[in-house]
Amino acid sequence: MSTRLQFALGAGLLIALAAIPPVASLAGIPFLLTLFTRIVIVAIASVSLNLILGYGGMYSLGHAVYIGIGGYTVGILAFHGVHSGLVQWPLALAVSALFALVTGALCLRTRGVYFIMITLAFAQMVYFLTVGVAKYGGDDGLTIARRSSFGGLVNLADRTTFYYVSLAFLLAAVLVVWRISRSHFGMVVRGACANDRRMQALGFPTYRYRLAAYVIAGTMGGLAGALLANQTDFVNPEMLSWTRSGDLMIMVILGGSGSVIGPVAGTVAYMVLEEVLSGITEHWQIILGPLVVLMALVRQGGIVGWLSPKRHA
Amino acid sequence: MTLFLEQCLNGLQLGLLLFLLAAGLTLVFGIMDLVNLAHGSLYMVGAYLAAWFAKRFDSFFIGLAAALPVALLLGIVLEVLVIRRLYGRDHLVHVLATFGLILFFNEAVRLVWGAAGLTLALPEFLGTWVQVIPGVPYPVYRVAIIVVGLLVAAFLYFLVQHTRVGMLIRAGAADREMVGALGVNIRLLYTLVFGVGACLAALAGVMAAPILTVQIGMGETILILAFVVIVIGGIGSVRGAFVAAIIVGVLDTLGRAFLPGALKQTFGAAAASTAAPAISAMFIYLLMAAFLIVRPEGLFPAAGGRK
Repeated sequence: MSTRLQFALGAGLLIALAAIPPVASLAGIPFLLTLFTRIVIVAIASVSLNLILGYGGMYSLGHAVYIGIGGYTVGILAFHGVHSGLVQWPLALAVSALFALVTGALCLRTRGVYFIMITLAFAQMVYFLTVGVAKYGGDDGLTIARRSSFGGLVNLADRTTFYYVSLAFLLAAVLVVWRISRSHFGMVVRGACANDRRMQALGFPTYRYRLAAYVIAGTMGGLAGALLANQTDFVNPEMLSWTRSGDLMIMVILGGSGSVIGPVAGTVAYMVLEEVLSGITEHWQIILGPLVVLMALVRQGGIVGWLSPKRHA
Repeated sequence: MTLFLEQCLNGLQLGLLLFLLAAGLTLVFGIMDLVNLAHGSLYMVGAYLAAWFAKRFDSFFIGLAAALPVALLLGIVLEVLVIRRLYGRDHLVHVLATFGLILFFNEAVRLVWGAAGLTLALPEFLGTWVQVIPGVPYPVYRVAIIVVGLLVAAFLYFLVQHTRVGMLIRAGAADREMVGALGVNIRLLYTLVFGVGACLAALAGVMAAPILTVQIGMGETILILAFVVIVIGGIGSVRGAFVAAIIVGVLDTLGRAFLPGALKQTFGAAAASTAAPAISAMFIYLLMAAFLIVRPEGLFPAAGGRK
């Protein structure tokens, strides 16, 4: 996919997303803002998953765990009366990074389908932990009384402000992945995906590079979690169930894995599609399911690949 | 001591239930190299079919007898329509496609049978108690699950080790191209194996139905456990699945039964009652992670040993 097309698509998406709050208020559909706030936050997680899945060939089926870890860090701190975002958010990122470092160090010793299974296993462990600890709500989840406060800096309770803060973070996430994918570091990660043995023979300690990418992706996932907890004022185990991880995977592939802007397009498309279908019929998943199957079968670079001019017939 | 033995029996029963599910999964995984997340959906559909047929004809056994062929047929149709197109492709494609199938099946079941869930009533003689361990009455139905599990294990052992089809299955797992080159209809073989896997999943669903509730999403939690089992047992190995299923079943049951008591002495009752279920659930996944890191090929590496 050409850089110019990606740039055009990215700019177009960004402008469209930035126009959501005025459009929602002009059209008198406040729900639109709620939906798109969620979409923007989930897109951060998709972009981060793409860094390891699309560029690194690490098929994680447990990426939603970072949304959960980020969310629960904020929720648990709020539960204990710590409402300052300057404490909550860095800690949410730090805990996510630490979890990614420890589990990633183990996961990356495996390959292929085993990697899928072990990321799933670690995510399930945390899932059962959140279900089991009754002090923080267990199955029922944990309500967050107050959103993270940043003193007088920004007021996250304001819906429009919150939306633009989320959008700014999404933009930052896209830029980070963009920079990484074109850096020396990113090239090594991509090379290790294409042919790990050759990269090692060239003298690159690919394990360390891949682990670093894994930790960066996990940290960004944690950020999405902290934002999501603030949007819904609530965290529950469902946030990190393995089906959520599956959804993230679908969004990345739908948009086009291994392109920077693809996951954003995929997230918007998937979540809007969900919303539209659920408006048509209560049984919308019976349509969505076969669509996902079809998408997997004809997988040709997703939305981004579909928009690109065909190079070879 | 009797409590311990009783919990061991419970563990064995859970283990054999897991084996029914894991056997099909590991066959499909080992032979077609296919990650089938929708295996849990077949388990769910099996349970629903049995509950529905049983209610309609007022007999548990008609429910069982009718559910299995329908599940076999469903498996074959599914293989021809979707699964066949997945062979030899990236595992990521498998995960996505079968994830889509889960969405479809969950909603299809909701559409056909409603969101409320069903129950599967037992015939009277299966609802009684028997003394397996002297002095401890144990439900007959749980014994029946153990017996069915053992019978299926024996059947599969015979099928895979001592029949021509089994020989082809083993050969196909070792080198599919060579088997195809020797003139074996690999396509048909794969369709059959997938159908048998679907049938086994449905059988697990039917057997589980009277002790669990028949509900949407019932296949998903147990599917992950079945994956744990086949990873520990060694992907593609039925024998491995058998041993690992019993290990997982017993550990999980004993953990849930005795961890709260053990923790109570050190941490106090309140903390123990909340932490124990979480710890015993986490322990299973920790075990799998440990296996993947130390011995990724599992307890019984399957012959052929690709990947």
